[in-house]
Amino acid sequence: MLSYIGKRLFQLIPVLLGMTFVVFMMIRAIPGNPAQVILGQQATPEAVAALNAKLGLDQPWYIQFFSYLKGLFTGDLGESMRTRLPVADEIWPYLAATLELALFAMIIAVIIGINAGIISAWFQNSWFDYTAMILALVGVSMPIFWLGLLGQWAFAIELQWLPTTGREQVRDPVSAITNLYMIDAMLNGRFDQLWEVFKHLILPGLALATIPMAIIARMTRSSMLEVMRSDYIRTARAKGQKMFWVVYKHALKNAIIPVLTIVGLQMGMLLGGAILTETIFAWPGIGRYIYDAINYRDYPVIQSGILIVAFFFVMINLIVDLLYGVIDPRIKYD
Amino acid sequence: MRKGKLWSLALVMLLVLSTALAACGSDDKEQGAEKDGEKASGKEKTLVFGRGGDSTSLDPSRVTEGETFKVTVNLFETLVNFGEQDTTVQKGLAKEWKTSEDGLTYTFKLEEGVKFHDGTDFNADAVVANFARWASGDAEKFPYYSSMFGGFEGEEEAVIESVIAEDEYTVAITLKRPQAPFLKNLAMSMFAISSPEAFAKGDDEYERNPVGTGPFKFVEWKANDSITIEKNADYWKEGLPKLDKVIFRSIPDNAARLNALTIGEIDLADGINPADGAKIEGDSNLQLFERPSMNVGYLGLTVTRPPFDKKEVRQAMNYAIDKKTIIDSFFEGRAESAKNPMPSSISGYNDEIEEYAYDPEKAKELLKAAGLEDGFEMELWAMPVPRPYMPDGTKVAEVIQSNLADVGIKAKIVSYEWATYLDKASKGEADAFMLGWTGDNGDADNFLYVLLDEDNIASNNYTYFKNDETHKLFLEAQTEVDEDKRNELYMKAQEILHEEAPWVPLAHSTPLLGGAADLTGFVPHPTGSDLLSNVDFK
Repeated sequence: MLSYIGKRLFQLIPVLLGMTFVVFMMIRAIPGNPAQVILGQQATPEAVAALNAKLGLDQPWYIQFFSYLKGLFTGDLGESMRTRLPVADEIWPYLAATLELALFAMIIAVIIGINAGIISAWFQNSWFDYTAMILALVGVSMPIFWLGLLGQWAFAIELQWLPTTGREQVRDPVSAITNLYMIDAMLNGRFDQLWEVFKHLILPGLALATIPMAIIARMTRSSMLEVMRSDYIRTARAKGQKMFWVVYKHALKNAIIPVLTIVGLQMGMLLGGAILTETIFAWPGIGRYIYDAINYRDYPVIQSGILIVAFFFVMINLIVDLLYGVIDPRIKYD
Repeated sequence: MRKGKLWSLALVMLLVLSTALAACGSDDKEQGAEKDGEKASGKEKTLVFGRGGDSTSLDPSRVTEGETFKVTVNLFETLVNFGEQDTTVQKGLAKEWKTSEDGLTYTFKLEEGVKFHDGTDFNADAVVANFARWASGDAEKFPYYSSMFGGFEGEEEAVIESVIAEDEYTVAITLKRPQAPFLKNLAMSMFAISSPEAFAKGDDEYERNPVGTGPFKFVEWKANDSITIEKNADYWKEGLPKLDKVIFRSIPDNAARLNALTIGEIDLADGINPADGAKIEGDSNLQLFERPSMNVGYLGLTVTRPPFDKKEVRQAMNYAIDKKTIIDSFFEGRAESAKNPMPSSISGYNDEIEEYAYDPEKAKELLKAAGLEDGFEMELWAMPVPRPYMPDGTKVAEVIQSNLADVGIKAKIVSYEWATYLDKASKGEADAFMLGWTGDNGDADNFLYVLLDEDNIASNNYTYFKNDETHKLFLEAQTEVDEDKRNELYMKAQEILHEEAPWVPLAHSTPLLGGAADLTGFVPHPTGSDLLSNVDFK
């Protein structure tokens, strides 16, 4: 097991290196110049050239690349050209904001998606099955922009149950410790704030959960249908086991593995792909951070930001792979 | 049996969901009541100001970007101020000043007894220290300093010769050559006076720990989320500010920001879409604010690219485009049709100029005169982002496209991501491109010279327009201190620009803001940076 983890972590190095290289080349291939953006439209060409030299952007690309790599190996993610802060210092609050939202969304997606999938498989071809699968089809094809604004209109403006945007009640802000506000509110002993933070998570969480939820539901349903036809299920039923236990205990255990793979992939996608939700709900997450960096041609932030997201993506999938063994002891790692 | 089970499952789920949502609801109403109560009893008055983006820095001298100034105008003060709703020069930290006969020396008498937020004294030495800091910098550190005052210490182009403290509350600034908009430049947000003790700790650190003399003090910054500032209890102007706290919130999506305003999560929102103006006017809980226009949206014609090297073709473009339809449809009429490169509120505006009428026949005649009676093909660059001067680039481009088709010009609409768009346009790669400008200091030089002089080709002069006559007029006007003579120079330049037609000027828009109905004392400023010290709740 440990050697398996070691091997996987070792494999990570060429993956991340390769990705860093591709991102490095891509952002330099697109037009636009960070020095020009920093100095503003009125800058003289001399000032732009001087700043390029200062930022090391006049060097050949391979020198720039290796000096960035050298920094990485010494734990230096570079410094934002725009805010002049080390990326390592400023990235965590953004990452934490997205992690909190993505986790919340994933929990909703998993709970509702898996259950809907199970019930659909259990009562195959019932009205529930049809409705759930039509909703799932609508869910995967729903534009998040539209869904998010519709949610705001219905639950915030018409019903006034939930807030429209943001992470917290700004008039009574959470004092950040970990930057995961649910945890911070608890650490501060402010359970009223915890409730506020929770309410702020609901609309963006639901918007973000829609697509994974739909995918998970469909995956669970097809995986369950297959398992339900197997012999051991028939045996369990013949023994007079309650249907509920047959479905949730015996069948689910075997059906869940492909679903878990999807959950891992989707969770990784949410980290980098929450940008639309983050924009509509004014969520200060990492998607917007990297998107803004692209607009500003803030090379170190783009590179290191994508690197961090990729790292989390790979790690989440490693954890998922390890979970296979926990769920199904027949799976061995070597 | 099976059916029954499914029904009960569905019922339980519905029950759980509705209980959870109902619980949210009840709590929210209490919250709302609390908030209203707070306002009424006047315990703590907090204004939440929603805007599109976050600030880059809180040291205004280090950036060129407007979201920073929206905050810092409330933290800092400048030697002289702009008027409440215009860009006339008023007293600021300097209570009076005089200019020497030759226009080279400005002597400022400073307000006495003013303190920075860190408790240190504001005096002549502090002013000298601020100028010394800027002058010893470079373009990366203080980008606006070099563009407004020519250059840094020791550079030949630099305008400022020396800044000297004559006594504790008197500062004399001597220039190498007269600079007509000098006082207006001083009033710009980026030349606000900081506490020398605070910035001595390091320029980069200072960007997140600003210390000024303004009506509000900095409290907290949550990146991309909110910036909180609170009342400066020792503010030197009696009775101000009226609010206890201001929170600037970044809400990037215009529709979401309007939603937040509608339910009172924020009290003030900028960047309201022209199409939503009427909705706000019709809502009794809200009020609409119009920011006086100090911008121009235009279609630039790159004069180095044929056939736009021909004056007749450029004029034909001006006759071919139906500006009224554009303004009525996409600005909802909240814009003035543009005939000059700068808005009419700016001193030196030439109102004598006769606007190119919408006249497709005349356009065809001019094309014929240029030998292009069969028309031609061109690329029309549409702005990919909304800006106050251009709320919807693609749709405006479509109108222009159909107008041009009417006179036989086949325009293909292209668009790039914004930074790419600017980069390529500045290299002269566009045939015709949409762009705009919001003035910094309300001076004609800040529009005409910056946007259309040969000195600014490849930076702000994207059309590559070059004209010896206007160049001479612009340079002369920069050092002409007599207001009337200076205006004459600009009037003449505008005549030439009208005739040469490097642009199709489209509109001077009126940017919109929405606010809660009980908000008082908010006066939007044409520069886009609003001083909030007089704002209050009824």
